[in-house]
Amino acid sequence: MAVLEESYDIVVVGAGHAGCEAALACARLGLETILFTISVDSIALMPCNPNIGGSSKGHLVRELDALGGEMGKNIDKTFIQSRMLNESKGPAVHSLRAQADKQEYSRQMRKTLENTDHLTIRQAEVSEIVTENICADYENSDSFVCNQKITGVKTVSGAVYHAKAVVLATGTYLRARCIFGDVSNYTGPNGLQAANHLTDSLIAHGIEMFRFKTGTPARVDRRSLDFSKMEEQPGDPEITPFSFSTDPDSIQKEQVSCWLTYTNEKTHEIIRQNFDRSPLFSGVIEGTGPRYCPSIEDKVVKFPDKERHQIFVEPEGLYTNEMYLSGMSSSLPEDVQHAMYKTVPGLEHVKIVRNAYAIEYDCINSIQLRPTLEFKKIEGLFSGGQFNGSSGYEEAAVQGFMAGVNAAMKVLGRAPYVLDRSQAYIGVLIDDLVTKENHEPYRMMTSRAEYRLLLRQDNADLRLRSIGHDIGLVSDEEYERTLRKEKKIEDEIFRLEHTMVGTDSVVQNFLEEHRSTPLKSGISLAELVKRPELNYFMLSDIDGERPDLEKNVTEQVDINIKYDGYIRRQKQQVEQFKKLEKRKLNTNFDYRQIKGLRLEAAQKLNQYHPESIGQASRISGVSPADISVLLVYFEKTKNSEQ
Amino acid sequence: MKTDTIAAVATGLTDSGIGVIRISGEDSFQVIQKIFRKKNGSGVKLDRSHTVQYGFIYDGEQKLDEVLVLVMKGPHSYTGEDTVEIDCHGGVLMMRRILETVLHSGARAAEPGEFTKRAFLNGRIDLSQAEAVIDVINAKNEYALKSSVAQLGGSISRKIKNLREDILYEIAYIESALDDPEHISLDGYGNILKGRISVMIEKIRKMLDSADYGRIVSEGVRTVIVGKPNVGKSSLMNMLLGEDRAIVTEIAGTTRDTLEEQVRFGDISLNVIDTAGIHDTEDAVEKIGVSRAKDALNKADLVLYVADASSSLDDDDREIMKMLRGRRAVVLLNKSDLEIKTDIDTLKKESDLEGQRIILISAKEETGFDTLKATVKEMFYNEKIDFNDEIMITNLRHKEALNDSLKSLQMVMQSIENGFPEDFYSIDLMDAYTSLGNIIGEAVEDDVVNEIFRRFCTGK
Repeated sequence: MAVLEESYDIVVVGAGHAGCEAALACARLGLETILFTISVDSIALMPCNPNIGGSSKGHLVRELDALGGEMGKNIDKTFIQSRMLNESKGPAVHSLRAQADKQEYSRQMRKTLENTDHLTIRQAEVSEIVTENICADYENSDSFVCNQKITGVKTVSGAVYHAKAVVLATGTYLRARCIFGDVSNYTGPNGLQAANHLTDSLIAHGIEMFRFKTGTPARVDRRSLDFSKMEEQPGDPEITPFSFSTDPDSIQKEQVSCWLTYTNEKTHEIIRQNFDRSPLFSGVIEGTGPRYCPSIEDKVVKFPDKERHQIFVEPEGLYTNEMYLSGMSSSLPEDVQHAMYKTVPGLEHVKIVRNAYAIEYDCINSIQLRPTLEFKKIEGLFSGGQFNGSSGYEEAAVQGFMAGVNAAMKVLGRAPYVLDRSQAYIGVLIDDLVTKENHEPYRMMTSRAEYRLLLRQDNADLRLRSIGHDIGLVSDEEYERTLRKEKKIEDEIFRLEHTMVGTDSVVQNFLEEHRSTPLKSGISLAELVKRPELNYFMLSDIDGERPDLEKNVTEQVDINIKYDGYIRRQKQQVEQFKKLEKRKLNTNFDYRQIKGLRLEAAQKLNQYHPESIGQASRISGVSPADISVLLVYFEKTKNSEQ
Repeated sequence: MKTDTIAAVATGLTDSGIGVIRISGEDSFQVIQKIFRKKNGSGVKLDRSHTVQYGFIYDGEQKLDEVLVLVMKGPHSYTGEDTVEIDCHGGVLMMRRILETVLHSGARAAEPGEFTKRAFLNGRIDLSQAEAVIDVINAKNEYALKSSVAQLGGSISRKIKNLREDILYEIAYIESALDDPEHISLDGYGNILKGRISVMIEKIRKMLDSADYGRIVSEGVRTVIVGKPNVGKSSLMNMLLGEDRAIVTEIAGTTRDTLEEQVRFGDISLNVIDTAGIHDTEDAVEKIGVSRAKDALNKADLVLYVADASSSLDDDDREIMKMLRGRRAVVLLNKSDLEIKTDIDTLKKESDLEGQRIILISAKEETGFDTLKATVKEMFYNEKIDFNDEIMITNLRHKEALNDSLKSLQMVMQSIENGFPEDFYSIDLMDAYTSLGNIIGEAVEDDVVNEIFRRFCTGK
């Protein structure tokens, strides 16, 4: 039978947040790229919460933008409210979050994709991956192993698309099932068609699959709500853009509000009475759900002492009356949902447009991936997003980007890009995914980043622009702008460190006014910035020679001087960390041949095949003593080779 | 590879005839120069390798033990690095004292099997030997774990676990609020945390005290008298000695400019140390300088700070009082027989002597002495009873780890006082948590994330 056959450099499967970034990165690097989606109308769909960013997720978007990704630019074009969270806390945990107009977000991304050269969009369900076998000896061992190499994909209709690399970003669509009460639909989110074939092909290729679950709350009609019973949550008066390329002045606009209300004892009572009708408790749902984003019934069970839970009522866009009930995701039956929502102040007469539901889907055990997001066992096959067991649009986007970049590097014959834990939240996210046992959808959190004082959202460009430029996704012009900013920051810090102020009355009066200890002798301005009660901006009163600098420069100057002690400590920790990270391991090594290594450790190491001693040390079940053994062994073999 | 300098007791901490303390690494020679002197006062000769030299180990000015020192230059040593071995008189206490001095002089405590590991890495032993070494490393790790558990079994191990749980709770609370600022608020949390941390600090101090207790029992309480010139330090000394002249002794073997007088308070004896000589202390602060005073303070179990009640406090007083922070100290307001310008309340107000004991005395009239005696007895005798419930912290690495966690918690206090944002607290809390984990052999892994989900309701 004749089938359609085409050839591309790269195939990307799925056009959600991961797939879009992957496809854009590859096409922008000049590779012929084809992007498959089950529905072209659902490109960059936001099937759950109507916002981008938030604690630590905002960091991811900033980092992605610095590297040359699209998400930050796209939300800057389509947001309807913006807030910087945690502003009263330290600079490391400031986090940008923007409410999106969902449809506009999706449309803008589609427009960008459609206008990118070398990028083809195709609506079709990919049902198989196609590989060939490559066999080789294990180094230093008598074991013999066969690896597969990707050659393309097949669609349900039988069409074959040859490719040098494939990126899988299937999101929550693999064998998806949506559930509320005793209703279950075999569809993806929003009733979209599920992808029911690819899983079998992946299993046949030796890939280990997990089944995860997540959920979303109801969408309700704005006209049925009483906002006078809720607290208004307006946007920031001064809007900060996500993208380093967006001019802040260009996006100051009128914003829409979100609203806050609370559940109460009555709500909880209804939930308790109907526990037995929840598919979560009856066992209908088998997938593992996330602990951080629990359904309202989960919250009521796990925190019985909490008298109320917060509900944020958020607009889904300017085009619609639908509102999202953040904090009340559920898979309870329809009648129970109606009853419980109606107990919430302001929701007494609520009209539900779409029910809350839970969704189950297939994803992979992500320890099968290298830090490049390439499958260890299938050369040329990469993956990103919820398919890898993460959750969240932002987590998906950054993985899609890195998977796309590394797929492109593979095709171009260039070295891969791996960000480590000291460089970016992206590095933390991917390292966690490929190194730690993960049994629930993985969400980024600031507490997961050891060096978060260095990994701030405000300095993502200073950290990562050069890498983005090196990859080829940041223009010379953008990169030079970052270099200029860097220079200005350095110069200003130098000036403050070398500008002395004396004990004259202007200075002493200034200090007194700000309840700061008067000076006994001359001191540099930098020393004054370090005082807890002062900062760079206040010192302009006694700093006559201050140059006129942009806010994004002065902000860096203030942070770098003020938190100098902590920043230096973290930098020292990073140096320690890098020592082990730099010691690369052969990923084809058979650890059973090291005598003295505990059996459990050898098995774990053979399972993971870590890329460095550092990564090995983070595998659970590998002890510090095992690491000593590895160090000794590899040091010795290195010595004997010399 | 790390090339820092490591040290450990090579012969095992038992009461044997001779103990060997081994130091290896780049700074080995610098370390031994700091603490070793020959009879004629000169240091170790380094011109030739593999020499044995006779002399004494000093902790500052205090002579600890008569020793033989073996100097080996790398690569001709067991580890292949510059190595020093100190043959001292066995006895657990003495070996620990000397090791402690070595650790304070620039070396760090060696991990189990670390000397052998270095020997191997430097090509001093071959692969078959190395494989045996790996077994040894493993065995030692097992042993270290077991022995630390055995040693700590009982109340201290439980205490450390409880402390860690307390710290973890606070970290998780802060982190969940940072991750989910709209659901969890940190308003007013700094003050609450301050209270909780001071309780933790107190607990760690007590454990650290137990580490010093063995020495206190056998050697006496190392006591230092500090104060500005002319506040009556000499008079105080005479008053202390006058109580029981019969047991005043000049401890033999100490150098001429260091006097150590022993005063007995019932069950407890105080070794009153005066680095500048007992009859010449009137201008001690000026003479020995702040750094020497600090040094003396650091080594003391008990500080007696003498202030003049008949004059106002000045900057020097405040400077000294700052140094008393966090130490076991008694403040003696002397010259209470004259017109009082500084009373106990003023002192409390003007200084930061939270929780320190303050006593009004007159060395001239010999009043207040009984109160001092009772106070000191209470400070040490009560705690002694505490110690009896517990197994002492005897392992130096444990002590180091406890000290590290103490420092981290103090940093948290500092951050709160300086008005730093909450996310900074959790950085130091995490360090404290990790240090304590090292004692009981527990790694950090994903504790924080798990605790956040277990304790706090977060998310959409």
